[in-house]
Amino acid sequence: MTQHVLSLLVENKPGILTRVAALFARRGFNIESLAVGTTEVEGVSRMTVVVGLDGQPLEQVTKQLNKLINVLKIVELEDDASVARDHMLIKVRTDASTRSQVLEAVTLFRARVIDVVSDSVVIEVTGDAAKCQAFIKVLEPFGIKELVQSGAIAISRGSKSMSEKVLR
Amino acid sequence: MATETLTGAQALIRSLEMLGVDTVFGLPGGAILPTYDPLMDSTKVRHILVRHEQGAGHAAEGYAAASGKLGVCIATSGPGATNLVTAIADAHMDSVPMLAITGQVNSFAIGTDAFQEADIVGITMPITKHSFLVTKAEDIPGVIAAAYEIATTGRPGPVLVDVAKDAQNAKFEFSWPPKVDLPGYKPVTDPHGKQVQAAAELILKSHKPILYVGGGVIRAGANKELLKLAELLHAPVTTTLMARGAFPDSHPQHLGMPGMHGTVPAVTALQKSDLLITLGARFDDRVTGDVKSFAKGAKVIHVDVDPAEIGKIRHADVPIVGDAKVVIAMLISEIEAQLKKTKPDYSDWWVFLNGLKERYPLGYNDLDDGKLAPQYVIERIGELSGPEAVFAAGVGQHQMWSAQFIKYERPNSWLNSGGAGTMGYSVPAAMGAKVAQPDRLVWAIDGDGCFQMTNQELATCTINNIPIKVAIINNSSLGMVRQWQTLFYNSRYSNTDLNTGTDTAMVPDFVKLAEAYGCLGIRVEKLEEVDAAIKLAMETNDRPVVIDFIVGRDAMVWPMVPAGVSNDAVQYARDAAPIWDGEE
Repeated sequence: MTQHVLSLLVENKPGILTRVAALFARRGFNIESLAVGTTEVEGVSRMTVVVGLDGQPLEQVTKQLNKLINVLKIVELEDDASVARDHMLIKVRTDASTRSQVLEAVTLFRARVIDVVSDSVVIEVTGDAAKCQAFIKVLEPFGIKELVQSGAIAISRGSKSMSEKVLR
Repeated sequence: MATETLTGAQALIRSLEMLGVDTVFGLPGGAILPTYDPLMDSTKVRHILVRHEQGAGHAAEGYAAASGKLGVCIATSGPGATNLVTAIADAHMDSVPMLAITGQVNSFAIGTDAFQEADIVGITMPITKHSFLVTKAEDIPGVIAAAYEIATTGRPGPVLVDVAKDAQNAKFEFSWPPKVDLPGYKPVTDPHGKQVQAAAELILKSHKPILYVGGGVIRAGANKELLKLAELLHAPVTTTLMARGAFPDSHPQHLGMPGMHGTVPAVTALQKSDLLITLGARFDDRVTGDVKSFAKGAKVIHVDVDPAEIGKIRHADVPIVGDAKVVIAMLISEIEAQLKKTKPDYSDWWVFLNGLKERYPLGYNDLDDGKLAPQYVIERIGELSGPEAVFAAGVGQHQMWSAQFIKYERPNSWLNSGGAGTMGYSVPAAMGAKVAQPDRLVWAIDGDGCFQMTNQELATCTINNIPIKVAIINNSSLGMVRQWQTLFYNSRYSNTDLNTGTDTAMVPDFVKLAEAYGCLGIRVEKLEEVDAAIKLAMETNDRPVVIDFIVGRDAMVWPMVPAGVSNDAVQYARDAAPIWDGEE
């Protein structure tokens, strides 16, 4: 299985998320994660899709996506020319004896505590997928009560903008 | 710009008129009622009331396939819309330009499980080129114009427009033309010159090329260019099920149809070729058989207007995205220029191919039970009707025989459900074709199984004076399924007996059924009755004609490549593989 990060500029029309997701399902492509939100251009949304491919060429995925009328542009964001970030919220069990160790981990990972009660804390952390996984590993011994994670969002390095050429 | 106050419904009909739509097939109901009111007054748009919405869908397809124009069908919400689904899926598979308009419940009721509510946009997403839900009257002209453009350009296909009832009723200021803004839709029709040049070079270097022609050539209207290219090269041509008629069957360079029931020369030529010049074809599994062993020694030039088709199944050495008509024309001038330097010599290739043509022509045997051979009936219909007629087939054995034994000389004369394989296509499709081209003789060649799925449209034909001819190739069974049971299931005939033959319960009696629908019904059981019945049908134009040809049920479609195996294993007849003299 190979992973690719695709960035899609789409018209913000009703049903666009269904159209994209359903295309993946019916063509047998796997979505590892999908994040969607608005962009700097009104009416245009951006989807970051992490695709897992089992032998199929990525080209088929992008060509099929391009056939969707509401898809404006697709680029593959390669590892070395882009940055990708996941966002995670984690509720960890703590007590007087473990709280300081948890806070130490938070500092080491440049995470933040955003809620504290007597027996747990909520931590937010941002980073690439590897960092988030490492952070989970460190926290696991204390007891993770709840974990929620966004899909990756990604952007190219350098000054070029994805929306430059497609949109007036 | 001058405007006029119209309701959404009036705007919908006016938009269709402005786009040149002259015929729509449909059936009204609650959520589309507002649109049917102004439709009644239109002098430009003829509405044909069908008896089932599936019939409207296939009629729109037949209209489009016979004329090359957009086919339009209309249905109400809920079950009306879902009854269109099969026809929409069919149009999607065969790239038929079609506009399906459906009524939807009031916009404020959407999502409440209102009476006759169905999420038809959601249901048809995977089987349309695009779909729209319209909830505001003022959006109607723009959406109809956009739908027209999407359906008819690039790779054609079905577009669904679902219009909420309150949008049909609301008034707004109508003006034409509307602004059509499709920033994400830019079909490529002009190819890269360099790719065309590379293709020409590859062609002139090849020794065993073949023009592998698909339905895209017909949709692009590129048959004249194809003929010129083929004759310029003196290369062999094979036309797929969807491309029958794209190249004249009478032409000596034509090897016939490829694939599961293709001719031995066509199947073998593809296997032995060193270059597939693929024009608007998509390497369908019914053509390739086992893909890994398909045309192993061949390089591939792949021309398609849909970039996603290129490289989907088979790697293309020279991919060319573009409209077949444009690409072939460019290819011709490129080859003409290059021919001044090199002349290809395909004479050895032709010796081999002509040997195959001579040894393995299409044929059939008389049947042991003395019943009519279905192939003979179909062959005679083709011969007596001639190449100016239109033939619409259902799906199954009779479809394959119609593709094999009728000689097609012009595009859009052969209509069938190729990709989806929709039983029940032929009667409504023939009806649509006859409406599009009233001066042509239009045949529905149908099976006894297929006919029972959509024959209610005979009522539509009779009432609206659409005198189609229906030939039921009645073998009293689901013939193709039965053939597979014979070949692969030890002749265990599970649920394929339909009891429509003369020595069975004969339910229904197709002649009586035809008469009940106001058609001329004729039964034919003997060889000597065949021609007379066909001629009578051709002479009868005051009502539709149904001929019930009682044929033998043991006839099989040959040649055949069993599903999923290599095309090298083509069988000329049962247990009879072609013999290769010294050829590998």
